[in-house]
Parts: sequence; structure tokens; C-alpha cells
Amino acid sequence: MTLEMIAILLGGLTIGSALMVVLSKHPVRSVLYLVVTFFLISANYILMNAQFLAIVNIIVYAGAIMVLFLFVLMLLNLNKDSEPITSIGIKLAGIIAGGVLLTVMLAALKDGLVITQQAVGSANNDGLVENLGELLFTKYVLPFEMSSVLFIAAMVGAVMLAKREKQIID
Amino acid sequence: MVLASIFESGVSIDFYIVLASVLFAIGAIGVLVRRNAIVLLMCIELMLNAVNLLMVAFSTYHGKGDGQVFVFFIMVVAAAEATVGLSILVMAYRNIRSTDVGIFNKLKG
Repeated sequence: MTLEMIAILLGGLTIGSALMVVLSKHPVRSVLYLVVTFFLISANYILMNAQFLAIVNIIVYAGAIMVLFLFVLMLLNLNKDSEPITSIGIKLAGIIAGGVLLTVMLAALKDGLVITQQAVGSANNDGLVENLGELLFTKYVLPFEMSSVLFIAAMVGAVMLAKREKQIID
Repeated sequence: MVLASIFESGVSIDFYIVLASVLFAIGAIGVLVRRNAIVLLMCIELMLNAVNLLMVAFSTYHGKGDGQVFVFFIMVVAAAEATVGLSILVMAYRNIRSTDVGIFNKLKG
């Protein structure tokens, strides 16, 4: 089994599970398919020598964000009956709009590819912690520090929003 | 351990461009078609991941690590977005007992 075959297999599986996220009626099933999609995307990262990002993807996305989604989903106690139904017209319009978007994106990116035709050298180890860490703490140290401010803002916002207001009478 | 680069073994960058575009389109269709607000947020995550995938592909293709650092920042933003979005959603659910985005236009006042 060559690397090419593995890549195509992984790509097909990724698209399939991503489709199931949109298609499945049950929201919990959607979340679980999304976890599968994230694992498959991580596998793609490993295939592209981005080992650090593959692990971070699993920890942050499949581990933290998806657990948050699952928590909220189970907290709200949503099931198949409470799932809102979309009319067939909206569905058709959405699919056509998405298809047009895909066509335009593929056409645009295919033209742009002529410019970026640069062959790479040997196998690189950019995706390892050492290289990424060096980049993160030298060239991109300001965005890195700014992201901590963003996190504090998000944390304060989430706590403030989730606090039960006193004046609301249930 | 570093594997042999995938782009040397016959897989072209076109493959990942197509894959990421299809994933992004699936996410966009999901946002347009579904009406459950949680599934909408999940489709947004799907679109972000499509962009991440393409960014990593180009980073590896050009042999520079910068793209992967940006993926790292996208993950940070996605985590912050998910927390705030979900807490807004929980609060909206407390008031209107539904996550249907069609009902959210009654939020005013």
C-alpha cells in the first residue's frame, strides 16, 4: 500500500464522515461524526509530517471542543423530535449555493496553482515541536501573547453569559 | 521520526486543495441547510478545519513551518469562539426553550 493510496483513502473517509455530520438527523450523532472527522484530519496531518499539530488537533478539537459541544447538547436534552425541520426549498437552495461555492473555489485555486509551482527538497521536520516552538516564540511571539488576551476575554465572556440572571422569572 | 514527504511519493498538492475545498463546501452547505444552532456551530468548526488542512498542506509543500503556526492560532480562535458561542446558545435556550435558529429572530426586546 503506497502513501498515495493511503492519502486517497483517508481523504475519502474524511469527506464521508464530514457529510455524515451534515446529513445525520440526530445532533449527538453529528457531534460523534465530527469527532471522527477530526481524527481523520489528524491522520492527514501525520501524513504531511505535521506531527505536533496532529496531536494538538486531537487534544484541542476532539478532546476539548467536542466534549464541550457534547456537554451542552446533553445539558439541553435535545433529541430527534426537537430537531427543527428544514423545508425542501431551503435545502435545495443551500446545496446549490454550496455547489457553486465549491466550483468557484476549485476554479480559483486551480489557476493560482501555476504560480506556486515550487518543488520541495528532502523530507522536512518542520512539523516537530522544536521547529514550531522556535517559530512561535521568536517570529510569532506577539500573536502568541495576544491569543492569551483573547482567551481571557473569551473566558470572562463565557462566565458572564452563563451566569443566571436574577431578574428573569422562570 | 520523520516520514518521507508525501508530496515526493506522487501525491500532488491538488489533491489537498480539492479535499479542503470539498470539506469547506460541506461545512457551508451545513450552515445553510441545518437549523439547529449547535449543528451550525459544528459546521463552522468543519470549515475552520478545512482551512487548517490546506494551510498544513501548503506548509509542508513549501517546507516552511509558518503555516503550521497559523493553524495553531486558528485553533486558539476556534476554541474561544466555541466557548462564547455555546454559552450564548445556552442562555438563549433558557429563554426560548429551543435551539432553532428560525425562532432566534424573536430575541429583540
